[in-house]
Amino acid sequence: MSSPILQLNGLAKSFGGIEVFRNIDLEVNAGDRIAILGASGSGKSTLLRCVNVLETPNSGEIAVDGKTVGSKQRSGALKYTERELCTLRQKVGMVFQQFNLFPHMTVANNVAEGLKVVKGIASDKARGRAVSELQRVGLAEKADEFPSRLSGGQKQRVAIARALAMDPEILLFDEPTSALDPALVGEVLSVIEQLANEGRTMLLVTHEIGFAYHMATRIVFLAEGGIYETGTPDDVLKNPKRPLTQQFLADHQRFHF
Amino acid sequence: MYNWDFLPVLSESGLLLAGFRNTLILTATALTGGLAVGLLLALARLSHRRLLSLPAGIVIEVFRTTPPLVQLFWFYFGLPIILSVEMTPFLAAALTFTIQSGAFFAEIFRAGIVSIEKGQWEAARVIGMTHSQLMRRIILPQAVKRMFPSMMERSIELMKTTTLVATVSYADLLYEANELAQKTFRPLEVYTVVALIYFISITFISFLAARLEGRFARSGEMTR
Repeated sequence: MSSPILQLNGLAKSFGGIEVFRNIDLEVNAGDRIAILGASGSGKSTLLRCVNVLETPNSGEIAVDGKTVGSKQRSGALKYTERELCTLRQKVGMVFQQFNLFPHMTVANNVAEGLKVVKGIASDKARGRAVSELQRVGLAEKADEFPSRLSGGQKQRVAIARALAMDPEILLFDEPTSALDPALVGEVLSVIEQLANEGRTMLLVTHEIGFAYHMATRIVFLAEGGIYETGTPDDVLKNPKRPLTQQFLADHQRFHF
Repeated sequence: MYNWDFLPVLSESGLLLAGFRNTLILTATALTGGLAVGLLLALARLSHRRLLSLPAGIVIEVFRTTPPLVQLFWFYFGLPIILSVEMTPFLAAALTFTIQSGAFFAEIFRAGIVSIEKGQWEAARVIGMTHSQLMRRIILPQAVKRMFPSMMERSIELMKTTTLVATVSYADLLYEANELAQKTFRPLEVYTVVALIYFISITFISFLAARLEGRFARSGEMTR
């Protein structure tokens, strides 16, 4: 068996003495789709942001393709050089809740930017690749618009195309539909579902529990500063074993009809 | 009733034009140098390394809090004594106004850079950009558009402040005007013409700037 694409060993993070989580172990293999659920403040987004070191973990290790990122300091904490982080982040793509498109660039240039600047690909080739990624998310005809002219759902699809263009091994989705009008959620979830069907590896933080159930291969439920319950969607979402998971799901189903 | 007579002034207008030319040369030099110094000072001040941020902060504060005339005298009369270098009026003036406007530009750059949303920095980082790539490609292009009005304001201020160089005998517009006023005994006319030259050229520059700003606004930056 090949080694996991991503491994988190004993990851811990606190902000100014307030602990978000400790001792998180997680193994992600190629093709895994892991949905991270939990109450707000349970550290879902922080955990995701530690994976590509947008937040620096206080302790613990991140290993990509079996190689630990960063080097040990005398204090025991890991130190990450800029070069290591740039390499890591090319392997780990990310999509944000707030899209964060570059407003001063056209849609095609948003997608091509990383190819040109980070990968050093010539601009005409980069544009070709950008347009084909835009086709994948159904927005090729918007290539020369500026982001301000797009709807929220379209912006998020462009953001997904931007992440895909870098050929990441893993995609991180940080509440990708939470900033959208309910009517626009569907188009973004369809794109993510399509990526799932292609067998892409992804970590998804979401409040769309129904979507997590259908799409994930595994659920990670965070509570009490750690992984509280994990397993297949059927195990965790249909037959939760522990009280906080049960409580969380009950709260979410209160207004079902 | 004062009897206006512009004829003596106009017949010597070559003198004023030569002065105006020198004013433009000095302003352009200080502006170019000041923008470069300002960007470097801003980046240094924003650095996490105290070895960079502290000296940058000191330079900025010293030049923002002392009168430009004092700085000019210091560079013109003081520096040659300390360093035993030859100092020309132009060199002293160019140095003073480059660093002085650099200090002000630094604060404008800094404000513009920190005004860019956190999400933009993160979006650039997660596609693997280095700090200098993200500054050059993502942050500065957006920041410069936001800074542009303050930059223009400061540049106009700079052009007017350069009149101080007349005190160290650099032959700028005001210096030549002083000469001409003594020669013709027509100070009222001379300074009226000088004021008009500043008024017209700065109004013209402001007009160009406003048009440029309009172009920026159209290129999709202003809304998110």
